[in-house]
Amino acid sequence: MHNDQLTPGIEAGRLSADQIAENFADLHPPLNDHEALVAADRCYFCYDAPCTLACPTSIDVPLFVRQIATGTPEAAARTIFDQNILGGMCARVCPTETLCEEACVRETAEGEPVQIARLQRYATDRLMDAQPYTRAAETGRKVAVVGAGPAGLACAHRLAMKGHDVVVYDAKPKGGGLNEYGIAAYKAPDDFAQAELDWLLKIGGIRVEYGRKLGDDLTLASLQKGFDVVFLGMGLAGVNKLALDGAHPGVENAVDWIARMRQSPDKTDVPVGRNVVVIGGGMTAVDAAVQSKLLGAETVTMAYRRDRAAMAASEYEQDLAASKGVHILYNAAPKALGAGAITLARTKTSNGALVETGEEIELAADQVLLAVGQTLAGAPEILALDGGKIAVTGPGRTSVAGIWAGGDCASGGEDLTVTAVAEGRDAAEDIHAHLMGEA
Amino acid sequence: MADLRSNFLGIKSPNPFWLASAPPTDKEYNVRRAYEAGWGGVVWKTLGEDGPPVVNVSGPRYGAIHGPDRRLLGLNNIELITDRPLEVNLREITSVKRDYPDRALVVSLMVPCEQEPWEKIIRRVEETGADGVELNFGCPHGMAERGMGSAVGQVPEYIEMVTRWVRNATRMPVIVKLTPNVTNILAPAEAAMRGGADAVSLINTINSITSVDIDTFAPEPTIDGWGAHGGYCGPAVKPIALNMVAEIARHAATAKLPISGIGGVTTWRDAVEFMMLGASNVQVCTAAMTYGFKIVQEMISGLEQYMDEKGFSSLDEIVGRAVPNVKDWNELNLNYVTKAVIDQDKCIQCGRCYAACEDTSHQAIAMSEDRVFTVKDDECVACNLCVNVCPVEECITMKELPLGAVDERTGRKVEPYLNWPQHPNNTPDNCGWDPDPAEPVQ
Ligand SMILES: Cc1cc2nc3c(=O)[nH]c(=O)nc-3n(C[C@H](O)[C@H](O)[C@H](O)COP(=O)(O)OP(=O)(O)OC[C@H]3O[C@@H](n4cnc5c(N)ncnc54)[C@H](O)[C@@H]3O)c2cc1C
Ligand SMILES: Cc1cc2nc3c(=O)[nH]c(=O)nc-3n(C[C@H](O)[C@H](O)[C@H](O)COP(=O)(O)O)c2cc1C
Ligand code: SF4
Ligand code: SF4
Ligand code: SF4
Repeated sequence: MHNDQLTPGIEAGRLSADQIAENFADLHPPLNDHEALVAADRCYFCYDAPCTLACPTSIDVPLFVRQIATGTPEAAARTIFDQNILGGMCARVCPTETLCEEACVRETAEGEPVQIARLQRYATDRLMDAQPYTRAAETGRKVAVVGAGPAGLACAHRLAMKGHDVVVYDAKPKGGGLNEYGIAAYKAPDDFAQAELDWLLKIGGIRVEYGRKLGDDLTLASLQKGFDVVFLGMGLAGVNKLALDGAHPGVENAVDWIARMRQSPDKTDVPVGRNVVVIGGGMTAVDAAVQSKLLGAETVTMAYRRDRAAMAASEYEQDLAASKGVHILYNAAPKALGAGAITLARTKTSNGALVETGEEIELAADQVLLAVGQTLAGAPEILALDGGKIAVTGPGRTSVAGIWAGGDCASGGEDLTVTAVAEGRDAAEDIHAHLMGEA
Repeated sequence: MADLRSNFLGIKSPNPFWLASAPPTDKEYNVRRAYEAGWGGVVWKTLGEDGPPVVNVSGPRYGAIHGPDRRLLGLNNIELITDRPLEVNLREITSVKRDYPDRALVVSLMVPCEQEPWEKIIRRVEETGADGVELNFGCPHGMAERGMGSAVGQVPEYIEMVTRWVRNATRMPVIVKLTPNVTNILAPAEAAMRGGADAVSLINTINSITSVDIDTFAPEPTIDGWGAHGGYCGPAVKPIALNMVAEIARHAATAKLPISGIGGVTTWRDAVEFMMLGASNVQVCTAAMTYGFKIVQEMISGLEQYMDEKGFSSLDEIVGRAVPNVKDWNELNLNYVTKAVIDQDKCIQCGRCYAACEDTSHQAIAMSEDRVFTVKDDECVACNLCVNVCPVEECITMKELPLGAVDERTGRKVEPYLNWPQHPNNTPDNCGWDPDPAEPVQ
């Protein structure tokens, strides 16, 4: 007896393995040579290019696109990696509609930007075998990096390149951070996060210790003692709590569900509700909703308590969700849980404040995924905070000398892979200057 | 890792990419920024004799040919030599050269066709510390009417005479810049050699009218209702320049004459092509004027990657490499047979190959009812037109028939090398003239 979309409850195998494989295939498949040349040909090689200014890692887009156009995609990849060592992942996951491609002058001219991210992938895909960078002469300096996510990895790579010795500690059994456990599966299929991690580590000089959590046996004091510098790239390991009346066996934090789903190689064994309700309006909510649908949920509703304009997920992400069959319910705040159902209060914005209209709706919900925001967890208490994150100034300097931080756990910047890479890289440069100044 | 360092006539530069004498090199501000962007050298915008500078038009100077998407393919200009005082230019050249000793700085010159002005200006240039001079015998407009520029470049005796004056007046390397507005480029090149030039650079711009305004009935660029021919440059002129460079490089009399290749260099690949045909370095004008100085970064990374992939360590391994393969038509192998092959996986069924072949060539492409296009081997003469009109890269390729295979078009087996003078159709009996057989290459 096998399951289908109508099977009640939370079950795996609602769709055939083939259907699931198709659903989770590359959202933006790679460009072939011809497509890449045609796409590259559209770039105007703008002066002080807006796309580069809009990229948090300041990739020299006009140069790399021209390098593709002139038949040297490998040189293009170098141009990308010089600025962003996770240029491969960023090409797959950057919300370009709010970054480089939004700024592209051809978006202004024709509403159709140069396909920067896909070209970035085209180039970087060609240099993913051998690690293109080598280490400078060893400096004998040691840096501890906490977190093997984009921020930690970018920082570690840059430091290793400069000749420093790096040990990366991560609480999880695998590296990559949210690249491995968070990003939507269809954005980075074929285990790309691990492939990229392995490739990055080939530079040498970086040792990664998995299952080592700062706060458990690993203390900040011991790191400070054993290393010249500590970099914290620990992301946001906690989640906001949402207190609702009633009980429901199928309630889970979206990030936990996504993490489990991401670890399933073919996704046929991932249970998903027949009727799924996702609470939240950000990227995580969209990803949870879309992937529930792709797994075969019959109905998926994303309930967001404010209106469309206030939603953190970009218009592109919202359209993507809608195109996959997700129903987005705006102005619906979760109120109470019941057996196989959730009650939502309709809201409106009145004088700038969100108020309930008095109307309520009840949705069938075998599974409720909460995506109401991640929070900093486990950060050392001696560090000053700013808005719930580790307070940093300039290139990631925390309130304590010798400790740098970057990525989602640090104040400033959007919570994006590319921003984490930029912050990790910039912190590494600052750490390097600091270490060499001392020497 | 490839070594891009270039040594041209003893003038050293970190790479073979120089900016040609033109607006990009007209002043210190530009040249400093060009060096900072990575250019290996510059040829300063042509200087004239001391005294009141030339006066440019104040209407539009340029006309252009665009490809799809307004890609600039050809540029035409009616600009003169520098319109800034000699004194100012010399002072700036001195200052720039002092600050950038590792970059090449050559000064382009054009003064009236008399010995004294040339000797005078050479002395002034020597004082700047510049690395060499380039004699501008190429500008086709404005200066030519005054007996300078291409007016000199079109008369080999003048080239020789002026070059000799300069040669005798200086120990600096002397480059003679040639105009393409001649019927045979060898005559001016040989004249430059006889006059003692260390090298030639080519091409300067080609006489042209880029377009006519069909509402005002005047050529463009239009100055107060009138227009004059200008000088054409940019990607469109590259094939003409390549041929001229190759002509000089492959003829015994001029083969040893170093060449600086100019004309349409826009990418690293163009530069490699010029160098393969004998140029020791390249000069760039239009590409920089279209895309800015930064474009040199692509030229550098591209050349580097190419050399690494080929295992070339120095530029010497590129320069002239294709010259032995440039021949007269007479020497080409008439027994070499290829056939067009369409890759059905790449074909998008546009039918352009069919239109080209069916309407204008050899009716060698078949089109099925469901739009499958295939080559008829028994009709295909291997003209290659379909390859050139197909919008998809590598979709149509030419497959060589091996020795002994049967060419379905002629029914004959592929035989060893045979050129036209050796061909039976071409005996004096058959064609009524002595074909003067070329030396067989094999
Ligand atoms: C579901 C989801 C989808 C997303 N989709 C996108 C997207 O499409 N595009 C995009 O640009 N961004 C996306 N983001 C955001 C992006 O993933 C993050 O901004 C980025 O991963 C931040 O990198 P980081 O290195 O700061 O943190 P993380 O990626 O979170 O990495 C932190 C690492 O630190 C480790 N760690 C945490 N605490 C400790 C500790 N105490 N001791 C040791 N190790 C610890 C963790 O195990 C983890 O490996 C998404 C986020 C989520 C949650
Ligand atoms: C606006 C303009 C002005 C030029 N002025 C000069 C000049 O003063 N002296 C000179 O030798 N060549 C001059 N040239 C010619 C260039 O140096 C170069 O030979 C020619 O443009 C071909 O190269 P390109 O196709 O890279 O532009 C000029 C070209 C342009 C477009
Ligand atoms: S890293 Fe992201 S934002 Fe930057 S250029 Fe690439 S795709 Fe755009
Ligand atoms: S803004 Fe667009 S057209 Fe301009 S350089 Fe960037 S990608 Fe190219
Ligand atoms: S021109 Fe090229 S793409 Fe078009 S039909 Fe012919 S082979 Fe196919």
